[in-house]
Amino acid sequence: MTDMLTPVLTANWGTDRSWTLEAYEAQGGYAALPKALKMKQDDVITAVKDSGLRGRGGAGFPTGMKWSFIPQDNPNPKYLVVNADESEPGTCKDIPLMMASPHTLVEGVIISSYAIRANHAFIYVRGEVLHVVRRLQRAVQEAYAAGHLGKNIHGSGYDLDLVIHAGAGAYICGEETALLDSLEGRRGQPRLRPPFPAVAGLYASPTVINNVESIASVPSIIDKGADWFASMGTEKSKGYVIYSLSGHVKTPGQYEAPLGITLRELIDLGGGMRAGHELKFWTPGGSSTPLLTAEQLDMPLDYEAVGAAGSMLGTRALQIFDETTCVVRAVLRWTEFYKHESCGKCTPCREGTWWLVQVLTRLEKGQGSEEDLDVLLDQCENILGRSFCALGDGATSPISSSIQHFRDEYLAHLTHGGCPFDPAASTAFAQEGALA
Amino acid sequence: MTTTGPSRFSENDQQLTDATYDELREIAARYPQGRSGLLPMLHLVQSVEGKVTPEGIQACAEILDISPAEVSGVATFYTMYKRRPVGDYHVGVCTNTLCAVMGGDLIFERLKEHLEVGNDETTPDGKVSLEHIECNAACDFAPVMMVNWEFMDNQTPESAVRLVDDLRAGNEVHSTRGPRLCTWREAERVLAGFPDDRADEGPSAGPASLAGVQIARTMGWTAPSVEASTSRAESETSVATETSEERASDRAASSDQAEEGKS
Repeated sequence: MTDMLTPVLTANWGTDRSWTLEAYEAQGGYAALPKALKMKQDDVITAVKDSGLRGRGGAGFPTGMKWSFIPQDNPNPKYLVVNADESEPGTCKDIPLMMASPHTLVEGVIISSYAIRANHAFIYVRGEVLHVVRRLQRAVQEAYAAGHLGKNIHGSGYDLDLVIHAGAGAYICGEETALLDSLEGRRGQPRLRPPFPAVAGLYASPTVINNVESIASVPSIIDKGADWFASMGTEKSKGYVIYSLSGHVKTPGQYEAPLGITLRELIDLGGGMRAGHELKFWTPGGSSTPLLTAEQLDMPLDYEAVGAAGSMLGTRALQIFDETTCVVRAVLRWTEFYKHESCGKCTPCREGTWWLVQVLTRLEKGQGSEEDLDVLLDQCENILGRSFCALGDGATSPISSSIQHFRDEYLAHLTHGGCPFDPAASTAFAQEGALA
Repeated sequence: MTTTGPSRFSENDQQLTDATYDELREIAARYPQGRSGLLPMLHLVQSVEGKVTPEGIQACAEILDISPAEVSGVATFYTMYKRRPVGDYHVGVCTNTLCAVMGGDLIFERLKEHLEVGNDETTPDGKVSLEHIECNAACDFAPVMMVNWEFMDNQTPESAVRLVDDLRAGNEVHSTRGPRLCTWREAERVLAGFPDDRADEGPSAGPASLAGVQIARTMGWTAPSVEASTSRAESETSVATETSEERASDRAASSDQAEEGKS
């Protein structure tokens, strides 16, 4: 029986100067690299396929499969781009990983680039995390100095250059094709697919784009084996992942566990809900994944079970809200976010998110009528599946799921003539007892 | 772009030096294609000029051999590029849903009152610019503020007021899990890819980041050993791989909603 928590990526986060090469190597870091460089590239890809590793950035596409789509007979250079633009509301796992142990990611980048025969790799990190950028820059300097990067790495004949690239504030750049446009020095707007990035990505060349946690998981797979990795998790969701618990729990934080742990177990590990309160709603993987309620407390948090419940595992950004939280206020704020972050390229998203905010604002103020709920759902229908990329789809998730679960609360705003909740009661600094 | 009345980019007050031009070229040279350097180049322009200026746009356009309109198009797309001068300290208050509910809205209201500025405005002494920001990937430390893009975790309205008072008084302030704060211009220089000497300051991680790993240590929980995992995994892996391949071909045939679509 596997332990409830299985720290691998997070194991060294608390150690002294964990971000340095010296500390990383002292706890076994860069052991996988020479092992990988002695393997054939295709064998590295096979190992990652066999491990069952699926993308940790949201959609859960099998990582090794993605790598095998790179056409090796294409004469253009191959590129690896790490998506470190962590911006999905609620998601907060990659930033602490890169702050505490940037070398885990750098080692993963080198092995992954070797596997897909890339001689140039990029880490596209959001710009709004200065100290993370510093730690990445330092790790890359150290890795060059140690011969882990550069020409003829450890005598293998393999060359790799790695650039740390800071973004400039745009949620949409977490969408992989928008990220590529941004990395090419343009406005970050998504591209039509096909062609897929595996065929025509960065500079119209074959490109793999992977999330930070996906790439950081690779060294452990090479070091300890695909079987070891696959021994954790559920039947189709293999391995360990980081679950990020936030909101109204006693101890929010990062909890690394095999896929399939339940929210009830995670909340228990987090010390329970804050005293005197109960769970009202939560997101399984960020604001773009439909809201769930206490009914799903015992559902295994893997790709299949969360999908079957009508939501998505996403980034395992578990935002927990108790009964002091107004769901209409929460949803309006997310909707304002999507409106702000819509890149403007396609009409359903650009115009649709604007209209969603108009109608929701009216409802939140207790104006409008019950028919506005149908208007909202109709607008969602005209955005979902009709937008250029997943941002528009994601914008509809909190709205349609909250109307499904909390229709009465929307109506209460109408009968009450405004929001019936006290916003002070939901704060982290609310006085105990002052809420009763 | 002339400056009669409020223009989209206010008039520059400094000359970009040859040294800055050299550094802009150095950024472009990091990439297989120079235009990839445009985002960091604009960060460098901000570090020198305190905002994106017409002169800075012209410089980027010249070096990359593209039109100033193309550079403007990029500069106006991203929220970190500023059209008006930013104070020494850019103070961001997260008001996305989770932080807002946990107190971000109250913090932002209190700071507007205290500093007597609105959103995206700067105090008359040029010290503090206030802005409400979107999710900054620190939800386990909510409510969160950022100063010059350094984490200021677990804030309250009172701690936020103390923080901005310290900044305006010139007191040394540290990120709650990072280094001494530098100025906004110095931060922009690091983002342009010119490191300072602060990477080793601050801890590895904040307390919330370590919540799980500390429980695991207390309970003696670890990932399985390689030996323990081998026998169990052998019987299961082949089945799982076949299934994931089937799924993969299904998905590829329909539409690849980018693996990283929402990270």
